[in-house]
Amino acid sequence: MTQDYQDGNALAGPLAELFAVDVTAATGRCVSCGDTGRVADLRVYGHELGWVARCPSCDHVMLRLVRSPDAAWLDLQGTLSLRVPLPPS
Amino acid sequence: MPPGQYLTEDFPVLSAGPTPNIPLDRWEFVIASEDGREYRWTWDELLELPAEEPTVDIHCVTKWSKLETTWRGVSLDVLMEDVETTADFALAHSYGGYTTNLPLEDLLDGKAWIVYEFEGSELAPQHGGPARLLVPHLYFWKSAKWVRGIQLQEFDELGFWESVGYHDYGDPWREQRYQGD
Repeated sequence: MTQDYQDGNALAGPLAELFAVDVTAATGRCVSCGDTGRVADLRVYGHELGWVARCPSCDHVMLRLVRSPDAAWLDLQGTLSLRVPLPPS
Repeated sequence: MPPGQYLTEDFPVLSAGPTPNIPLDRWEFVIASEDGREYRWTWDELLELPAEEPTVDIHCVTKWSKLETTWRGVSLDVLMEDVETTADFALAHSYGGYTTNLPLEDLLDGKAWIVYEFEGSELAPQHGGPARLLVPHLYFWKSAKWVRGIQLQEFDELGFWESVGYHDYGDPWREQRYQGD
């Protein structure tokens, strides 16, 4: 069967519009199963209506991003935490 | 054609998750009223109900429209016949977890169906089979694929896309794509 999703690297472009850091390099924890992994490893469905990123372990929706002509809507309620790597301060 | 739409002969597939595999012997459709009463149909019971074959135009919020599509299924008027409710709102929910909200009146009076055939063939899983909601007068994200049930409620609860910026109602003729349109 054809794979019907992309990996989380598909989020790099749309999230770069919102954040100064590369969020796909961050590590997220799933609210549903508690697994942690790189945003780049999430399973990303769609993009026509919006990006829906699901946990690769349990399929729970961890991130949703909708881009309207004049705004972006970001939902992270499926993500318990994001660890964003930063250069040493 | 509604404003801002273009015509397509294809039937694009848009999904927010994996296509659920639903064995027909375990499929059921449930209407739950606001007081907790549940009205259930198995697959065989759904097929025994009087069917209609609506031919309708469908309009996706991503701007494609497809004209004169023919479906076969059961009118929500039939399914709601014995349901006692004073609710104003409905939240359709699907196998796989998708939801979408509508005013209950938009599901009644010949405006909505639970469909299981498309153009004379059984509804393919990627298009919402074994059965999907069909509400063609609203943008097509309201026509929930893999529909499992409808929760009737006295308040309007935003669905999957409506809670991240899409319009609460979604009338293609008024181009209600996003909140504020």
